[in-house]
Amino acid sequence: MSHQIENSRGLRSQLKDSVPVAGLCPQAGPYGVQDTLRRGFSSVKNELLPSHPLELSEKNFQLNQDKLNFTTLRNIQGLHAPLKLQMEYRAARQIQRLPFLPSSNLALDTLRGTDETIGFEDILNDPAQCELMGEPHIMTEYKLGLL
Amino acid sequence: NNENDDDHDGFQPVLFVSLCRNTLLEANVAKLGCSLPPARKTGTTICGVVYKDGVVLGADTRATEGMVVADKNCSKIHYISPNIYCCGAGTAADTEMTTQLISSNLELHSLSTNRLPRVATANRMLKQMLFRYQGYIGAALVLGGVDCNGPHLYSIYPHGSTDKLPYVTMGSGSLAAMAVFEDRFKPNMEEEEAKQLVRDAIAAGIFNDLGSGSNIDLCVITKGKVDYLRPHDEANKKGVRTGDYKYKHGTTGVLTKQVTTLQLEVMDESVQTMDTS
Repeated sequence: MSHQIENSRGLRSQLKDSVPVAGLCPQAGPYGVQDTLRRGFSSVKNELLPSHPLELSEKNFQLNQDKLNFTTLRNIQGLHAPLKLQMEYRAARQIQRLPFLPSSNLALDTLRGTDETIGFEDILNDPAQCELMGEPHIMTEYKLGLL
Repeated sequence: NNENDDDHDGFQPVLFVSLCRNTLLEANVAKLGCSLPPARKTGTTICGVVYKDGVVLGADTRATEGMVVADKNCSKIHYISPNIYCCGAGTAADTEMTTQLISSNLELHSLSTNRLPRVATANRMLKQMLFRYQGYIGAALVLGGVDCNGPHLYSIYPHGSTDKLPYVTMGSGSLAAMAVFEDRFKPNMEEEEAKQLVRDAIAAGIFNDLGSGSNIDLCVITKGKVDYLRPHDEANKKGVRTGDYKYKHGTTGVLTKQVTTLQLEVMDESVQTMDTS
């Protein structure tokens, strides 16, 4: 493994337009401790350092690509082009089903061009096979602000 | 139980959680003194050559799992599109999945553009994907095909660098195969000459490298026609037993013979029907 990246944070800081990573802290379960069954093992090292050199770059890969494309588009065509596209993205992202059902995101995929590509996110981790299930009533109430 | 609805982010946390579990498992197993099974690799010889009318790709057929041969006759020349084929060396699962992914993407792309796909497109897709994963996908590929611009041959390394050359070799037996190429390659060869050259290069890899073995597969791609010759040459046939340990009839001489008939009487007869429903 002679080609491993020594300092992934150093590589990332060289990309001026990259999106900063929010943090690797796990989400707390109901008792304030990490839910091991659902989220996996926890250790202090895993919360501070990435467990894999690719974790940081993969976490925000799509966002970084979008940022790169929008910056290029702005330089070529002017500010209006990325603004219009981002407005369309925002509108398409609002078309969702009820919170506990999986949405197809068809409009968003068409805008992004991912309806004509197949990647690992289409093959692996199918939301229909997900082991977690939300409580439908509670989720709808939370979304409508009734809780 | 509030679920955050990130549209494409569901993929990421699960990916790296498995990694934590795997490192923990490895550490625990190492304490017991055993080790997890190694990934199946294709310690390989693959090569390709551009000749007058197209491209000839060649590969051996051995897949290894550590020091054991896992598959004596595996297929290393993968289909990408009707006019493009790709040989894969490295981790067998990585080459298989990568070539299938790029084949699907290329099919969608060709449906969208309504044209036969170009080898440069496949090359660009492969190199961008491999660079994105920084060499962790262990796939070293030889990509060859014929498109509207003529025959093309590329070699793609696991980190994402590519070379466009008239003859390339990859895999653990690449040095043996390259020695044959460097000696006998000429531009604009005929088809039979090119096939013989590739066959000899793969044979050099098979006989001089432990990671390569068994048969030689060839794929000849020309404009409008693909010849997938599997196997083209069985370089390592399994041996046939020449001796036999059984004694022939008459080896031992018969001295005396005595026949005793057994007296048996029928005691009881009963019929049991089978349940054939």
